[in-house]
Amino acid sequence: MRRALAAWERFYGADPLHLLALVGCFALVAAVVRQVADDPSWWWMLVWFVGAIVAHDLVSYPLYALADRSLVLGRWAWRRRTGATAPRVGVVDHLRLPAMGSLLLLVVFWPSISRAGEPVLLFAAGRTTEDYLDRWLWVTAGLFLLSAVVYAVRLGRAAGTGRP
Amino acid sequence: MLAAVLLVGLPIVVVTGLLSYIAYGPQFGQAFPGDVAWFRLPSFDWPTRPSWLYRLSQGLHVGLGLALVPVVLAKLWSVVPKFFAWPPVRSPAQALERLSLVALVGGLLFEIVTGTMNIQYDYAWGFDFYTAHYWGAWVFIAGFVVHVAIKLPTMVRSLRGGSLRRYLAQSAAETEPEPPDSHGLVAVAPSPPTTSRRTLLGAVAGGSALLGITALATTVDALRPLAVLSPRGQSYGDGPNDFQVNRTAFGAGIPPDIGDTWTLRLTGGAAPVTLTRGQLLALPGHTATLPIACVEGWSTTQTWTGVRLRDLAALAGVPVPATALVQSAERAGPFARVTLTRGQVLDPDALLALRVNGADLSLDHGFPARVIVPALPGVHNTKWVAAVDFRVA
Repeated sequence: MRRALAAWERFYGADPLHLLALVGCFALVAAVVRQVADDPSWWWMLVWFVGAIVAHDLVSYPLYALADRSLVLGRWAWRRRTGATAPRVGVVDHLRLPAMGSLLLLVVFWPSISRAGEPVLLFAAGRTTEDYLDRWLWVTAGLFLLSAVVYAVRLGRAAGTGRP
Repeated sequence: MLAAVLLVGLPIVVVTGLLSYIAYGPQFGQAFPGDVAWFRLPSFDWPTRPSWLYRLSQGLHVGLGLALVPVVLAKLWSVVPKFFAWPPVRSPAQALERLSLVALVGGLLFEIVTGTMNIQYDYAWGFDFYTAHYWGAWVFIAGFVVHVAIKLPTMVRSLRGGSLRRYLAQSAAETEPEPPDSHGLVAVAPSPPTTSRRTLLGAVAGGSALLGITALATTVDALRPLAVLSPRGQSYGDGPNDFQVNRTAFGAGIPPDIGDTWTLRLTGGAAPVTLTRGQLLALPGHTATLPIACVEGWSTTQTWTGVRLRDLAALAGVPVPATALVQSAERAGPFARVTLTRGQVLDPDALLALRVNGADLSLDHGFPARVIVPALPGVHNTKWVAAVDFRVA
Protein backbone atom coordinates (compact mmCIF):
# COMPACT_ATOMS: atom_id res chain seq x y z
CA MET A 1 0.00 0.00 0.00
CA ARG A 2 2.70 2.38 1.06
CA ARG A 3 4.79 1.45 -1.96
CA ALA A 4 1.87 1.96 -4.28
CA LEU A 5 1.32 5.39 -2.77
CA ALA A 6 4.97 6.28 -3.18
CA ALA A 7 4.92 5.13 -6.80
CA TRP A 8 1.79 7.22 -7.40
CA GLU A 9 3.41 10.29 -5.90
CA ARG A 10 6.51 9.78 -8.02
CA PHE A 11 4.38 9.59 -11.14
CA TYR A 12 1.79 12.26 -10.29
CA GLY A 13 3.78 14.62 -8.11
CA ALA A 14 1.35 14.92 -5.17
CA ASP A 15 -0.86 12.75 -2.99
CA PRO A 16 -4.17 11.35 -4.31
CA LEU A 17 -6.27 13.88 -2.35
CA HIS A 18 -4.68 16.59 -4.47
CA LEU A 19 -6.04 14.92 -7.60
CA LEU A 20 -9.45 14.40 -5.98
CA ALA A 21 -9.74 18.10 -5.11
CA LEU A 22 -8.76 19.14 -8.63
CA VAL A 23 -11.18 16.71 -10.26
CA GLY A 24 -13.93 18.21 -8.10
CA CYS A 25 -12.93 21.68 -9.28
CA PHE A 26 -12.99 20.69 -12.95
CA ALA A 27 -16.33 18.89 -12.55
CA LEU A 28 -17.88 22.05 -11.11
CA VAL A 29 -16.46 24.17 -13.92
CA ALA A 30 -17.70 21.66 -16.49
CA ALA A 31 -21.20 21.84 -14.95
CA VAL A 32 -21.12 25.63 -15.26
CA VAL A 33 -19.94 25.41 -18.87
CA ARG A 34 -22.85 23.06 -19.61
CA GLN A 35 -25.29 25.66 -18.24
CA VAL A 36 -23.68 28.56 -20.03
CA ALA A 37 -23.55 26.66 -23.34
CA ASP A 38 -27.34 27.06 -23.59
CA ASP A 39 -27.02 30.83 -23.45
CA PRO A 40 -26.93 32.36 -26.94
CA SER A 41 -24.27 34.84 -25.78
CA TRP A 42 -21.90 32.19 -24.35
CA TRP A 43 -19.34 33.23 -26.95
CA TRP A 44 -19.08 36.74 -25.53
CA MET A 45 -18.78 35.41 -22.00
CA LEU A 46 -15.83 33.28 -23.12
CA VAL A 47 -14.25 36.24 -24.91
CA TRP A 48 -14.48 38.42 -21.79
CA PHE A 49 -13.30 35.61 -19.52
CA VAL A 50 -10.21 34.87 -21.59
CA GLY A 51 -9.79 38.56 -22.36
CA ALA A 52 -9.61 39.41 -18.65
CA ILE A 53 -6.79 36.90 -18.14
CA VAL A 54 -4.89 38.01 -21.24
CA ALA A 55 -5.30 41.69 -20.39
CA HIS A 56 -3.95 41.13 -16.90
CA ASP A 57 -1.20 38.55 -17.40
CA LEU A 58 0.06 39.50 -20.83
CA VAL A 59 -0.60 43.25 -20.94
CA SER A 60 -0.84 44.79 -17.44
CA TYR A 61 1.84 42.69 -15.82
CA PRO A 62 4.53 43.31 -18.48
CA LEU A 63 3.66 47.01 -18.20
CA TYR A 64 4.23 46.94 -14.41
CA ALA A 65 7.51 45.14 -14.95
CA LEU A 66 8.55 47.60 -17.65
CA ALA A 67 7.74 50.57 -15.42
CA ASP A 68 9.69 49.05 -12.54
CA ARG A 69 12.71 48.11 -14.68
CA SER A 70 12.92 51.50 -16.37
CA LEU A 71 12.73 53.13 -12.95
CA VAL A 72 15.67 51.09 -11.67
CA LEU A 73 17.63 51.62 -14.86
CA GLY A 74 16.88 55.34 -14.94
CA ARG A 75 17.97 55.76 -11.34
CA TRP A 76 21.18 53.85 -11.98
CA ALA A 77 21.95 55.99 -15.03
CA TRP A 78 21.16 59.19 -13.16
CA ARG A 79 23.42 58.32 -10.24
CA ARG A 80 26.21 57.27 -12.56
CA ARG A 81 26.03 60.47 -14.56
CA THR A 82 25.72 62.89 -11.66
CA GLY A 83 27.66 60.92 -9.10
CA ALA A 84 24.72 61.24 -6.69
CA THR A 85 24.34 58.74 -3.87
CA ALA A 86 21.15 57.41 -2.31
CA PRO A 87 19.30 60.36 -0.74
CA ARG A 88 18.46 60.37 2.93
CA VAL A 89 14.75 60.40 2.10
CA GLY A 90 13.90 58.39 -1.00
CA VAL A 91 11.80 60.30 -3.49
CA VAL A 92 10.81 57.40 -5.72
CA ASP A 93 7.90 56.16 -3.62
CA HIS A 94 6.57 59.70 -3.27
CA LEU A 95 6.12 59.78 -7.03
CA ARG A 96 5.26 56.14 -7.58
CA LEU A 97 2.57 55.73 -4.91
CA PRO A 98 0.32 58.66 -5.92
CA ALA A 99 0.76 57.59 -9.55
CA MET A 100 -0.37 54.08 -8.63
CA GLY A 101 -3.37 55.41 -6.70
CA SER A 102 -4.32 57.60 -9.62
CA LEU A 103 -3.97 54.76 -12.13
CA LEU A 104 -6.01 52.46 -9.90
CA LEU A 105 -8.88 54.95 -9.87
CA LEU A 106 -8.54 55.45 -13.62
CA VAL A 107 -8.83 51.73 -14.31
CA VAL A 108 -11.67 51.02 -11.87
CA PHE A 109 -13.72 54.06 -12.87
CA TRP A 110 -12.80 53.91 -16.55
CA PRO A 111 -16.45 53.35 -17.62
CA SER A 112 -17.38 56.67 -15.98
CA ILE A 113 -14.25 58.65 -16.80
CA SER A 114 -14.29 57.54 -20.45
CA ARG A 115 -18.06 58.21 -20.46
CA ALA A 116 -18.72 54.69 -21.78
CA GLY A 117 -21.62 54.26 -19.37
CA GLU A 118 -23.07 57.69 -20.01
CA PRO A 119 -25.75 56.86 -22.63
CA VAL A 120 -27.45 54.37 -20.32
CA LEU A 121 -26.93 56.59 -17.27
CA LEU A 122 -28.53 59.49 -19.13
CA PHE A 123 -31.49 57.46 -20.32
CA ALA A 124 -32.14 55.55 -17.10
CA ALA A 125 -31.20 58.07 -14.44
CA GLY A 126 -31.01 61.39 -16.28
CA ARG A 127 -27.42 62.02 -15.23
CA THR A 128 -24.14 62.55 -17.07
CA THR A 129 -20.48 61.87 -16.32
CA GLU A 130 -19.17 64.69 -18.49
CA ASP A 131 -16.91 66.18 -15.80
CA TYR A 132 -15.57 62.84 -14.48
CA LEU A 133 -12.27 63.26 -16.32
CA ASP A 134 -11.81 66.59 -14.54
CA ARG A 135 -12.75 64.99 -11.25
CA TRP A 136 -10.17 62.28 -11.76
CA LEU A 137 -7.52 64.89 -12.57
CA TRP A 138 -8.40 66.77 -9.37
CA VAL A 139 -8.15 63.59 -7.29
CA THR A 140 -4.80 62.84 -8.97
CA ALA A 141 -3.56 66.32 -8.15
CA GLY A 142 -4.72 65.82 -4.55
CA LEU A 143 -2.85 62.53 -4.23
CA PHE A 144 0.40 64.05 -5.52
CA LEU A 145 -0.05 67.07 -3.25
CA LEU A 146 -0.58 64.81 -0.24
CA SER A 147 2.50 62.83 -1.19
CA ALA A 148 4.54 66.04 -1.56
CA VAL A 149 3.46 67.23 1.88
CA VAL A 150 4.47 63.92 3.46
CA TYR A 151 7.79 64.11 1.60
CA ALA A 152 8.43 67.63 2.89
CA VAL A 153 7.64 66.55 6.45
CA ARG A 154 10.00 63.57 6.16
CA LEU A 155 12.74 65.81 4.72
CA GLY A 156 12.30 68.26 7.56
CA ARG A 157 12.47 65.51 10.15
CA ALA A 158 15.53 64.00 8.53
CA ALA A 159 17.26 67.39 8.57
CA GLY A 160 16.25 67.91 12.21
CA THR A 161 17.55 64.60 13.52
CA GLY A 162 20.41 64.22 11.13
CA ARG A 163 19.26 60.74 10.12
CA PRO A 164 16.41 59.49 7.94
CA MET B 1 -0.22 38.06 4.11
CA LEU B 2 -2.23 39.25 1.11
CA ALA B 3 -3.55 35.70 0.83
CA ALA B 4 -4.89 35.85 4.38
CA VAL B 5 -6.78 39.08 3.61
CA LEU B 6 -8.28 37.51 0.49
CA LEU B 7 -9.07 34.28 2.32
CA VAL B 8 -11.32 36.25 4.68
CA GLY B 9 -12.54 38.93 2.27
CA LEU B 10 -13.41 37.01 -0.88
CA PRO B 11 -15.77 34.53 0.83
CA ILE B 12 -17.66 37.50 2.28
CA VAL B 13 -18.03 38.96 -1.22
CA VAL B 14 -19.16 35.58 -2.60
CA VAL B 15 -21.67 34.87 0.18
CA THR B 16 -23.21 38.36 0.11
CA GLY B 17 -23.49 38.03 -3.67
CA LEU B 18 -25.32 34.71 -3.40
CA LEU B 19 -27.51 36.17 -0.63
CA SER B 20 -28.49 38.93 -3.01
CA TYR B 21 -29.63 36.28 -5.48
CA ILE B 22 -31.83 34.78 -2.74
CA ALA B 23 -33.11 38.23 -1.73
CA TYR B 24 -34.43 38.69 -5.27
CA GLY B 25 -36.79 35.76 -4.67
CA PRO B 26 -35.76 32.83 -6.89
CA GLN B 27 -38.87 30.95 -5.65
CA PHE B 28 -40.93 33.47 -7.66
CA GLY B 29 -38.69 33.28 -10.70
CA GLN B 30 -37.47 36.84 -10.13
CA ALA B 31 -33.77 36.13 -9.48
CA PHE B 32 -31.53 36.15 -12.53
CA PRO B 33 -30.52 33.86 -14.16
CA GLY B 34 -33.83 32.09 -13.64
CA ASP B 35 -33.00 28.52 -14.59
CA VAL B 36 -29.86 27.42 -12.78
CA ALA B 37 -30.48 23.63 -12.64
CA TRP B 38 -28.11 22.05 -10.08
CA PHE B 39 -26.87 25.45 -9.00
CA ARG B 40 -30.17 26.27 -7.28
CA LEU B 41 -29.44 27.95 -3.95
CA PRO B 42 -31.32 27.05 -0.79
CA SER B 43 -34.25 29.42 -1.00
CA PHE B 44 -36.00 30.99 1.96
CA ASP B 45 -38.28 33.95 2.48
CA TRP B 46 -35.98 36.97 2.64
CA PRO B 47 -36.51 38.60 6.07
CA THR B 48 -37.66 42.19 6.59
CA ARG B 49 -35.63 42.66 9.77
CA PRO B 50 -33.23 44.23 10.41
CA SER B 51 -34.39 46.81 7.88
CA TRP B 52 -30.74 47.52 6.95
CA LEU B 53 -30.05 43.85 6.15
CA TYR B 54 -29.86 44.24 2.37
CA ARG B 55 -28.14 47.58 2.73
CA LEU B 56 -25.39 45.86 4.72
CA SER B 57 -25.12 42.67 2.67
CA GLN B 58 -25.12 44.36 -0.71
CA GLY B 59 -23.01 47.29 0.52
CA LEU B 60 -20.45 44.71 1.63
CA HIS B 61 -20.65 42.86 -1.67
CA VAL B 62 -19.90 45.94 -3.74
CA GLY B 63 -17.82 47.94 -1.25
CA LEU B 64 -15.62 45.12 -0.05
CA GLY B 65 -15.39 43.79 -3.60
CA LEU B 66 -13.99 47.15 -4.74
CA ALA B 67 -11.68 47.49 -1.73
CA LEU B 68 -10.18 44.07 -2.46
CA VAL B 69 -9.23 44.98 -6.05
CA PRO B 70 -5.80 46.38 -5.03
CA VAL B 71 -5.20 43.31 -2.84
CA VAL B 72 -6.01 41.02 -5.76
CA LEU B 73 -3.75 42.99 -8.09
CA ALA B 74 -0.88 42.94 -5.60
CA LYS B 75 -1.33 39.23 -4.96
CA LEU B 76 -1.30 38.50 -8.69
CA TRP B 77 1.69 40.79 -9.15
CA SER B 78 3.59 38.75 -6.58
CA VAL B 79 2.82 35.39 -8.21
CA VAL B 80 2.62 36.15 -11.93
CA PRO B 81 6.37 35.58 -12.49
CA LYS B 82 5.56 31.91 -11.81
CA PHE B 83 3.31 32.05 -14.84
CA PHE B 84 6.34 32.58 -17.03
CA ALA B 85 8.51 29.98 -15.25
CA TRP B 86 10.41 27.47 -17.33
CA PRO B 87 9.85 24.56 -17.78
CA PRO B 88 6.12 25.35 -17.47
CA VAL B 89 5.22 21.89 -16.16
CA ARG B 90 7.21 19.54 -13.96
CA SER B 91 4.57 16.94 -13.02
CA PRO B 92 0.97 16.00 -13.83
CA ALA B 93 -0.04 17.39 -10.44
CA GLN B 94 1.45 20.76 -11.28
CA ALA B 95 -0.10 20.76 -14.76
CA LEU B 96 -3.60 20.20 -13.33
CA GLU B 97 -3.02 22.74 -10.60
CA ARG B 98 -2.03 25.35 -13.17
CA LEU B 99 -5.13 24.54 -15.18
CA SER B 100 -7.28 25.14 -12.08
CA LEU B 101 -5.71 28.60 -11.80
CA VAL B 102 -7.57 29.52 -14.98
CA ALA B 103 -10.82 29.09 -13.02
CA LEU B 104 -9.43 30.94 -10.00
CA VAL B 105 -7.79 33.91 -11.69
CA GLY B 106 -10.09 34.07 -14.72
CA GLY B 107 -13.20 33.82 -12.55
CA LEU B 108 -11.94 36.50 -10.18
CA LEU B 109 -10.92 38.95 -12.92
CA PHE B 110 -14.18 38.30 -14.80
CA GLU B 111 -16.25 39.07 -11.68
CA ILE B 112 -14.24 42.23 -10.96
CA VAL B 113 -14.56 43.51 -14.54
CA THR B 114 -18.28 42.76 -14.94
CA GLY B 115 -19.09 44.05 -11.44
CA THR B 116 -17.24 47.36 -11.75
CA MET B 117 -18.72 47.98 -15.21
CA ASN B 118 -22.24 47.17 -14.01
CA ILE B 119 -22.17 49.68 -11.15
CA GLN B 120 -21.25 52.30 -13.75
CA TYR B 121 -24.00 51.53 -16.27
CA ASP B 122 -21.49 50.21 -18.82
CA TYR B 123 -23.05 47.15 -20.49
CA ALA B 124 -20.64 46.80 -23.41
CA TRP B 125 -20.24 43.02 -23.08
CA GLY B 126 -22.77 41.48 -25.44
CA PHE B 127 -24.22 39.31 -22.64
CA ASP B 128 -26.62 39.70 -19.72
CA PHE B 129 -24.89 40.96 -16.57
CA TYR B 130 -26.80 38.89 -14.01
CA THR B 131 -26.32 35.65 -15.97
CA ALA B 132 -22.61 36.16 -16.53
CA HIS B 133 -21.90 37.40 -13.00
CA TYR B 134 -23.71 34.39 -11.50
CA TRP B 135 -21.88 31.79 -13.58
CA GLY B 136 -18.57 33.60 -13.28
CA ALA B 137 -19.00 33.39 -9.51
CA TRP B 138 -19.35 29.60 -9.66
CA VAL B 139 -16.24 29.26 -11.82
CA PHE B 140 -14.38 31.38 -9.29
CA ILE B 141 -15.75 29.34 -6.37
CA ALA B 142 -14.51 26.13 -8.03
CA GLY B 143 -11.02 27.56 -8.45
CA PHE B 144 -10.98 29.25 -5.04
CA VAL B 145 -12.01 26.24 -2.95
CA VAL B 146 -9.43 23.95 -4.50
CA HIS B 147 -6.72 26.62 -4.30
CA VAL B 148 -7.40 27.16 -0.60
CA ALA B 149 -7.42 23.39 0.00
CA ILE B 150 -4.03 23.01 -1.67
CA LYS B 151 -2.32 26.20 -0.52
CA LEU B 152 -3.64 26.77 2.99
CA PRO B 153 -0.68 24.94 4.60
CA THR B 154 1.73 27.17 2.64
CA MET B 155 0.02 30.34 3.87
CA VAL B 156 -0.09 29.17 7.48
CA ARG B 157 3.59 28.21 7.32
CA SER B 158 4.57 31.54 5.88
CA LEU B 159 2.56 33.53 8.44
CA ARG B 160 3.78 31.34 11.30
CA GLY B 161 7.37 31.62 10.15
CA GLY B 162 7.69 34.51 12.57
CA SER B 163 9.59 36.62 10.08
CA LEU B 164 6.57 38.79 9.18
CA ARG B 165 7.24 41.29 11.95
CA ARG B 166 10.93 41.45 11.13
CA TYR B 167 10.19 41.91 7.43
CA LEU B 168 7.79 44.73 8.19
CA ALA B 169 10.37 46.53 10.30
CA GLN B 170 12.87 46.68 7.45
CA SER B 171 13.39 49.81 5.38
CA ALA B 172 13.99 49.57 1.63
CA ALA B 173 17.76 49.44 2.08
CA GLU B 174 17.52 46.75 4.76
CA THR B 175 15.02 44.57 2.89
CA GLU B 176 16.28 41.01 2.61
CA PRO B 177 14.86 38.38 0.27
CA GLU B 178 12.84 35.49 1.65
CA PRO B 179 14.67 32.16 1.97
CA PRO B 180 13.89 29.79 -0.93
CA ASP B 181 10.76 27.67 -0.44
CA SER B 182 9.81 24.24 -1.71
CA HIS B 183 7.22 25.63 -4.16
CA GLY B 184 9.61 27.91 -6.00
CA LEU B 185 7.30 30.85 -5.29
CA VAL B 186 10.11 32.92 -3.82
CA ALA B 187 12.16 34.71 -6.45
CA VAL B 188 15.42 32.85 -7.10
CA ALA B 189 17.57 35.90 -7.74
CA PRO B 190 15.56 39.01 -6.85
CA SER B 191 16.81 42.41 -8.00
CA PRO B 192 17.71 44.89 -5.27
CA PRO B 193 14.44 46.19 -3.82
CA THR B 194 13.28 49.67 -4.77
CA THR B 195 10.94 49.85 -1.83
CA SER B 196 10.26 48.10 1.47
CA ARG B 197 7.65 45.45 2.16
CA ARG B 198 5.85 47.73 4.56
CA THR B 199 5.59 50.43 1.90
CA LEU B 200 4.17 47.85 -0.50
CA LEU B 201 1.56 46.72 2.03
CA GLY B 202 0.87 50.35 2.87
CA ALA B 203 0.31 51.09 -0.81
CA VAL B 204 -2.14 48.21 -1.08
CA ALA B 205 -3.96 49.34 2.06
CA GLY B 206 -4.05 52.89 0.70
CA GLY B 207 -5.51 51.71 -2.60
CA SER B 208 -8.12 49.69 -0.73
CA ALA B 209 -8.97 52.68 1.42
CA LEU B 210 -9.31 54.87 -1.68
CA LEU B 211 -11.78 52.50 -3.32
CA GLY B 212 -13.48 51.60 -0.04
CA ILE B 213 -14.18 55.27 0.63
CA THR B 214 -15.72 55.80 -2.81
CA ALA B 215 -18.01 52.83 -2.12
CA LEU B 216 -18.85 53.86 1.44
CA ALA B 217 -19.61 57.37 0.19
CA THR B 218 -22.52 56.01 -1.85
CA THR B 219 -24.24 54.73 1.31
CA VAL B 220 -23.32 57.11 4.14
CA ASP B 221 -24.84 60.59 3.86
CA ALA B 222 -21.99 62.36 5.65
CA LEU B 223 -19.45 60.94 3.18
CA ARG B 224 -21.52 61.44 0.03
CA PRO B 225 -19.41 64.39 -1.26
CA LEU B 226 -16.45 61.97 -1.45
CA ALA B 227 -18.16 59.76 -4.05
CA VAL B 228 -16.62 61.91 -6.76
CA LEU B 229 -15.98 59.14 -9.26
CA SER B 230 -18.99 56.91 -8.64
CA PRO B 231 -21.97 57.69 -10.87
CA ARG B 232 -24.24 56.19 -8.18
CA GLY B 233 -23.14 58.76 -5.66
CA GLN B 234 -24.07 61.97 -7.42
CA SER B 235 -25.58 64.86 -5.50
CA TYR B 236 -29.22 65.65 -6.18
CA GLY B 237 -29.49 68.71 -3.92
CA ASP B 238 -31.08 68.80 -0.48
CA GLY B 239 -34.85 68.97 -0.99
CA PRO B 240 -37.22 66.27 0.34
CA ASN B 241 -37.04 64.36 -2.97
CA ASP B 242 -33.36 64.98 -3.63
CA PHE B 243 -31.83 61.56 -3.33
CA GLN B 244 -30.55 58.91 -5.71
CA VAL B 245 -32.77 57.97 -8.68
CA ASN B 246 -31.79 54.81 -10.54
CA ARG B 247 -34.54 54.92 -13.11
CA THR B 248 -36.36 58.08 -14.06
CA ALA B 249 -40.02 58.28 -15.10
CA PHE B 250 -38.75 59.24 -18.53
CA GLY B 251 -36.54 56.17 -18.71
CA ALA B 252 -39.45 53.97 -17.60
CA GLY B 253 -41.86 55.53 -20.10
CA ILE B 254 -44.16 57.01 -17.44
CA PRO B 255 -46.09 60.05 -18.74
CA PRO B 256 -45.66 63.23 -16.63
CA ASP B 257 -49.44 63.54 -16.22
CA ILE B 258 -49.90 60.03 -14.79
CA GLY B 259 -51.41 61.54 -11.63
CA ASP B 260 -54.42 63.02 -13.48
CA THR B 261 -56.17 59.71 -14.13
CA TRP B 262 -54.31 57.39 -11.77
CA THR B 263 -56.11 54.91 -9.55
CA LEU B 264 -54.88 51.94 -7.54
CA ARG B 265 -56.53 48.60 -8.20
CA LEU B 266 -56.54 45.97 -5.45
CA THR B 267 -57.54 42.42 -6.39
CA GLY B 268 -57.60 38.99 -4.79
CA GLY B 269 -60.74 39.39 -2.69
CA ALA B 270 -64.39 38.84 -3.58
CA ALA B 271 -64.46 41.98 -5.74
CA PRO B 272 -61.73 44.33 -6.99
CA VAL B 273 -61.27 47.57 -5.03
CA THR B 274 -60.27 50.79 -6.78
CA LEU B 275 -58.85 53.74 -4.85
CA THR B 276 -57.89 57.25 -5.91
CA ARG B 277 -54.85 58.96 -4.42
CA GLY B 278 -57.16 61.17 -2.36
CA GLN B 279 -58.88 58.10 -0.90
CA LEU B 280 -55.50 56.56 -0.09
CA LEU B 281 -54.38 59.72 1.71
CA ALA B 282 -57.60 59.62 3.75
CA LEU B 283 -56.86 56.10 5.02
CA PRO B 284 -55.03 55.63 8.33
CA GLY B 285 -51.41 56.38 7.46
CA HIS B 286 -48.06 55.28 8.76
CA THR B 287 -44.60 56.84 8.66
CA ALA B 288 -41.38 54.83 8.69
CA THR B 289 -37.73 55.70 8.25
CA LEU B 290 -36.33 53.03 5.98
CA PRO B 291 -33.30 52.55 3.76
CA ILE B 292 -33.56 51.85 0.09
CA ALA B 293 -30.55 49.81 -0.96
CA CYS B 294 -29.66 48.93 -4.51
CA VAL B 295 -27.93 45.89 -5.96
CA GLU B 296 -25.23 48.27 -7.23
CA GLY B 297 -24.20 48.96 -3.65
CA TRP B 298 -25.54 52.46 -3.01
CA SER B 299 -28.21 53.11 -0.40
CA THR B 300 -30.02 55.99 1.25
CA THR B 301 -32.30 56.26 4.27
CA GLN B 302 -35.43 58.41 3.99
CA THR B 303 -38.67 58.94 5.89
CA TRP B 304 -41.62 57.52 4.02
CA THR B 305 -45.34 58.07 4.64
CA GLY B 306 -48.18 56.05 3.17
CA VAL B 307 -50.59 53.20 3.78
CA ARG B 308 -49.46 49.91 5.26
CA LEU B 309 -49.51 47.08 2.74
CA ARG B 310 -51.31 44.88 5.29
CA ASP B 311 -54.08 47.49 5.60
CA LEU B 312 -54.48 47.40 1.82
CA ALA B 313 -54.59 43.59 1.95
CA ALA B 314 -57.37 43.75 4.53
CA LEU B 315 -59.17 46.32 2.40
CA ALA B 316 -58.95 43.99 -0.58
CA GLY B 317 -60.49 41.23 1.53
CA VAL B 318 -57.33 39.11 1.91
CA PRO B 319 -56.02 40.02 5.38
CA VAL B 320 -53.34 37.29 5.41
CA PRO B 321 -52.20 36.76 1.83
CA ALA B 322 -49.56 34.18 0.90
CA THR B 323 -48.01 36.53 -1.64
CA ALA B 324 -48.75 39.85 -3.32
CA LEU B 325 -48.07 40.69 -6.95
CA VAL B 326 -47.31 44.37 -7.36
CA GLN B 327 -47.71 45.75 -10.88
CA SER B 328 -46.21 49.06 -11.99
CA ALA B 329 -47.72 51.43 -14.52
CA GLU B 330 -44.41 50.82 -16.30
CA ARG B 331 -45.20 48.22 -18.94
CA ALA B 332 -41.87 46.96 -20.20
CA GLY B 333 -38.78 46.20 -18.17
CA PRO B 334 -37.89 43.18 -16.03
CA PHE B 335 -38.78 45.01 -12.82
CA ALA B 336 -42.22 46.32 -13.81
CA ARG B 337 -43.77 43.78 -11.43
CA VAL B 338 -42.66 41.99 -8.29
CA THR B 339 -43.96 39.26 -6.01
CA LEU B 340 -43.71 39.97 -2.29
CA THR B 341 -43.77 37.27 0.39
CA ARG B 342 -46.32 37.14 3.22
CA GLY B 343 -43.74 38.46 5.65
CA GLN B 344 -42.96 41.40 3.39
CA VAL B 345 -46.66 42.33 3.05
CA LEU B 346 -47.45 41.97 6.75
CA ASP B 347 -44.41 43.83 8.16
CA PRO B 348 -45.75 46.84 10.11
CA ASP B 349 -43.39 49.19 8.24
CA ALA B 350 -44.10 47.82 4.75
CA LEU B 351 -45.74 50.68 2.93
CA LEU B 352 -47.38 51.83 -0.20
CA ALA B 353 -45.63 55.18 0.14
CA LEU B 354 -47.33 58.37 -1.08
CA ARG B 355 -45.02 60.92 0.48
CA VAL B 356 -41.35 61.17 1.42
CA ASN B 357 -39.77 63.50 3.99
CA GLY B 358 -43.07 65.37 4.34
CA ALA B 359 -43.56 66.08 0.62
CA ASP B 360 -45.40 64.25 -2.15
CA LEU B 361 -43.23 61.74 -3.96
CA SER B 362 -41.64 63.25 -7.04
CA LEU B 363 -42.44 61.67 -10.39
CA ASP B 364 -38.95 60.15 -10.55
CA HIS B 365 -39.39 58.60 -7.10
CA GLY B 366 -42.61 56.85 -8.12
CA PHE B 367 -45.48 59.37 -7.84
CA PRO B 368 -48.39 58.70 -7.36
CA ALA B 369 -47.38 55.74 -5.14
CA ARG B 370 -44.51 53.32 -4.63
CA VAL B 371 -43.71 50.29 -2.54
CA ILE B 372 -41.19 50.53 0.27
CA VAL B 373 -40.50 47.36 2.29
CA PRO B 374 -37.76 46.92 4.91
CA ALA B 375 -34.67 45.04 3.65
CA LEU B 376 -36.13 44.54 0.18
CA PRO B 377 -33.67 44.90 -2.72
CA GLY B 378 -34.09 48.45 -4.03
CA VAL B 379 -35.35 47.56 -7.47
CA HIS B 380 -38.25 45.57 -5.96
CA ASN B 381 -39.59 48.67 -4.23
CA THR B 382 -41.78 49.15 -7.30
CA LYS B 383 -42.48 52.71 -8.42
CA TRP B 384 -45.65 54.07 -10.10
CA VAL B 385 -47.69 51.21 -8.61
CA ALA B 386 -50.87 50.58 -10.62
CA ALA B 387 -52.24 47.40 -9.05
CA VAL B 388 -51.67 44.91 -6.25
CA ASP B 389 -53.01 41.37 -6.42
CA PHE B 390 -53.15 39.69 -2.99
CA ARG B 391 -52.98 35.93 -3.39
CA VAL B 392 -54.06 33.29 -0.92
CA ALA B 393 -51.78 30.58 -2.31
